[in-house]
Amino acid sequence: MAYLFNTAAQQRRMLDAVGAATLDELFDQIPAKLRLGRPLDLPPPLTEIELESHLRGLAARNVGQPERVCFLGGGSYDHFIPAAVDAIASRSEFYTAYTPYQAEASQGSLQAFFEFQTLICQLTGMGVSNASLYEGGTAVSEAAFMAMRVTGRHKKVAVLESVHPEYRLVVETYLQQVGCDVVVIPTPGGIAAPDAVRQVLDDQTACLVVQHPNFFGALEPTRELTAAAQAAGALAVVSFDPLSLGLLARPADYAADIAVAEGQALGIPMQYGGPYLGLLACREEFVRKMPGRLIGQTVDRMGRRCFVLNLQAREQHIRREKATSNICTNQGLMALRAAVYLALLGPAGLREAAELCCRKAHYAAGQLAQRAGLRLLFDQPFFKEFVVHAPHGAASLISRARQAGFDLGPVVAAGGEREGVLVAVTEKRSRDEIDRLVAALTP
Amino acid sequence: MRNLQSTQLLFECSQPGRRAAVFPAADVPPQAIDEWIPCEHRAASPPPLPELTEPEVVRHFVNLSTLNMSVDTHFYPLGSCTMKYNPKRHERLAGLHGIVDLHPSQPEADVQGMLELLYTMQEMLAEIAGLPGVSLQPAAGAQGELTALLVAAAWFRSRGETRTKVLFPDSAHGTNPASAAVAGFDCVQLKSTPRGFVDLADLKTHLGSDTAVFMVTNPNTLGQFEPNMTEIAQMVHDVGGLVYIDGANMNAITGVARPGDFGGDMQHFNVHKTFTGPHGAGGPGAGPIAVRSFLTEFLPGPIVTRRERPTGGFTWHLTTPARSIGRVRSFFGNVGILVRGYCYLRTLGAAGLLAMSQNAVLNANYLLARLQDVLPVPQGDRCMHEFVASAKGLKERGVSAMDIAKRLLDFGFHAPTVYFPLVVAEAMMIEPTETESKETLDAFSDAIHAILAEDAAFLHDAPHAAPICRPDEVRAARYPILKWTAPPASPETAHAH
Repeated sequence: MAYLFNTAAQQRRMLDAVGAATLDELFDQIPAKLRLGRPLDLPPPLTEIELESHLRGLAARNVGQPERVCFLGGGSYDHFIPAAVDAIASRSEFYTAYTPYQAEASQGSLQAFFEFQTLICQLTGMGVSNASLYEGGTAVSEAAFMAMRVTGRHKKVAVLESVHPEYRLVVETYLQQVGCDVVVIPTPGGIAAPDAVRQVLDDQTACLVVQHPNFFGALEPTRELTAAAQAAGALAVVSFDPLSLGLLARPADYAADIAVAEGQALGIPMQYGGPYLGLLACREEFVRKMPGRLIGQTVDRMGRRCFVLNLQAREQHIRREKATSNICTNQGLMALRAAVYLALLGPAGLREAAELCCRKAHYAAGQLAQRAGLRLLFDQPFFKEFVVHAPHGAASLISRARQAGFDLGPVVAAGGEREGVLVAVTEKRSRDEIDRLVAALTP
Repeated sequence: MRNLQSTQLLFECSQPGRRAAVFPAADVPPQAIDEWIPCEHRAASPPPLPELTEPEVVRHFVNLSTLNMSVDTHFYPLGSCTMKYNPKRHERLAGLHGIVDLHPSQPEADVQGMLELLYTMQEMLAEIAGLPGVSLQPAAGAQGELTALLVAAAWFRSRGETRTKVLFPDSAHGTNPASAAVAGFDCVQLKSTPRGFVDLADLKTHLGSDTAVFMVTNPNTLGQFEPNMTEIAQMVHDVGGLVYIDGANMNAITGVARPGDFGGDMQHFNVHKTFTGPHGAGGPGAGPIAVRSFLTEFLPGPIVTRRERPTGGFTWHLTTPARSIGRVRSFFGNVGILVRGYCYLRTLGAAGLLAMSQNAVLNANYLLARLQDVLPVPQGDRCMHEFVASAKGLKERGVSAMDIAKRLLDFGFHAPTVYFPLVVAEAMMIEPTETESKETLDAFSDAIHAILAEDAAFLHDAPHAAPICRPDEVRAARYPILKWTAPPASPETAHAH
């Protein structure tokens, strides 16, 4: 039987030691009428060879890289992952360990997560980062809850329409039950109009949630928006793209109070949507209101520098219903991947990657407009993705690209009849691929 | 062999001008970035990340890894966590082209193999739970709890009922009350009987028309199956409430008993526990939920559905249930972990899963029998897949559960979970799992016996062979240092660069 050790003879000796006659007797605690009493109805077991063949068969019915060139965006991106990221994340001392409750047995993970927190602070300019959350959508929800704790306002959260629609749905799901209104502020021009935002924010608003670059790829007037939130006594929550920070101003530069992100771009494969990495960093003064694990530096009894799970009094296993969140773990292995990725890129690599995305995306947008006649849905500055107007419907545009070997999307519904399609261009895309995409979409 | 320089921080190794990753020059026509990105959006300089070469990054993290204990290197009997072997085949298969490189927004027609896998996973979990509606979306057990509570709330709302209270025993995982609070419920903690079971009398006094959900871990966190489970479920249902089974301990009962058959209306699975997704030093996990049919239409979307083709065979589709609570995260779920869980279920099959639970329970009972002469188990001499011993009796000679836990590290064993559940004094929660040998269990038992013969003062100073010993957690909390900061530059070091 798979992965089991006990031989029949050993089982016998162990049962004798326990004082039980049969394995079945060990389950006497479970009343007979509650037992299943039949085998589970599951597919038959497979050996390793059969399993591999089965999985390869399933995988072959999916279309991944390189059969199809990926211009898909909307929160998950086909960025390059250096081999060293996979090599480190494959160390079984990392991936088969658990939450580092025993600091003496977990200094490797603890130090790596302390370095992760530092790297995220360096990346964002924020004062403090936690050791990660599930993914980008729940990171926004956790930030909203945190803003409610910091401001003492529990009735209203304002979210720009240009925030990822799935993140908005997550926030609505999380807040529906606690009686907090989620007010969505329309962004018909593709970015927020600060005056319209100011009209919504009031002395009941816990936070304003901004995504920058936003779901449409466009750059928001971040300084005006954070100032507007703060003028109303609310917190400015900004969901950023970590890779954009090789080029764009950091959240701290435009005075974000809480900076959150989907960290998938930092060396994590797309793997059909997860596991990904939620980032959450904030002003230092809010540290005790933060959700999630925090790693702290201290010394051991010999005075050696070491690292521990810190400020656990915020967490569910200590505070139970009064905890700052119900989250029980971080996304340790994904945080490790991000730390290795950032250490490999460094400031110069991050800038190069960001500039390549930006240059190639603008080349693609220019060519699509000039040669294929596909104009941008919004006339706004963007970073690495943009929305093209789909005059004959998004489905038709996506389908034409797909037949030529290119994936575009997801679809953007911008209100009214206006439908568009996101096109994301990472540093991996070549000019040749872009040119072929443009040719395929040129009537 | 340990590298003594390995605990330098990345930032301390940094030298200006060093590089690891280098990207190609742009192959598109050069143009000034300023033309596209207005100056007010630009950073003055890139973030001050460390500057390192690839060899030093690799050596750094590989050396760090050697400071960890892990399932692949050590016996890891961490109670409640089910630290079983993580099969290597899962890592290869989850990394296959056509699985690891799928974008979540690809059209359904291009991910039919993935959707079939996820559909089958839903079906298998439904069968194991005895509950037909499955959502794979929750990212972890705690999120599964929250999701199920939101589903329950939506169901009550749909019936025009206002129910405000979630009940749970005092032995519950901390996530139960925390999830209930996030879901907007009032929390009511119930007393346990002296044996650690749900106190029916106390339950009765708190049940009423305001009861929404009773959350119970079964087997409970003491490793015991609730003897009155049928009565408990009946009492909760009689007042119109729902029963939630915290599935953290499914490793004891998979293939033996099903939450849906013993009164549960909803449950979560910890794929990273029972179905051996690697724990990753604290995640990622996956916390799918299974619910009764009347709750299915409230599940978060999307779920995978199957349609029969007129020409034979099936197609698989993403569907959002009619009265869905919405989303609890972006995209489908922690698919990479679900794929590993799928591989495990397909490897074991029904007989393998039953053998898994039987051997998990046998190993736990054997270890209990070997240890109870020195570490009494207040809940008695039988357990399910784990048991909670008490080191209370050692207090008089100044030895605590923590001392034993720390000293075990010197013997090459990860410590059990200590000081949980809260209802046992000096608790040591031990879960060996089925993927350990009798020889390992004997060696662990011998180590405990040897440790308990040691001098108390020596134990206070343990561990003696670990990279560090007894970090000052009070200092860490009082003066939090949560990131590295550059030391003030002295003229000399500035010059040296």
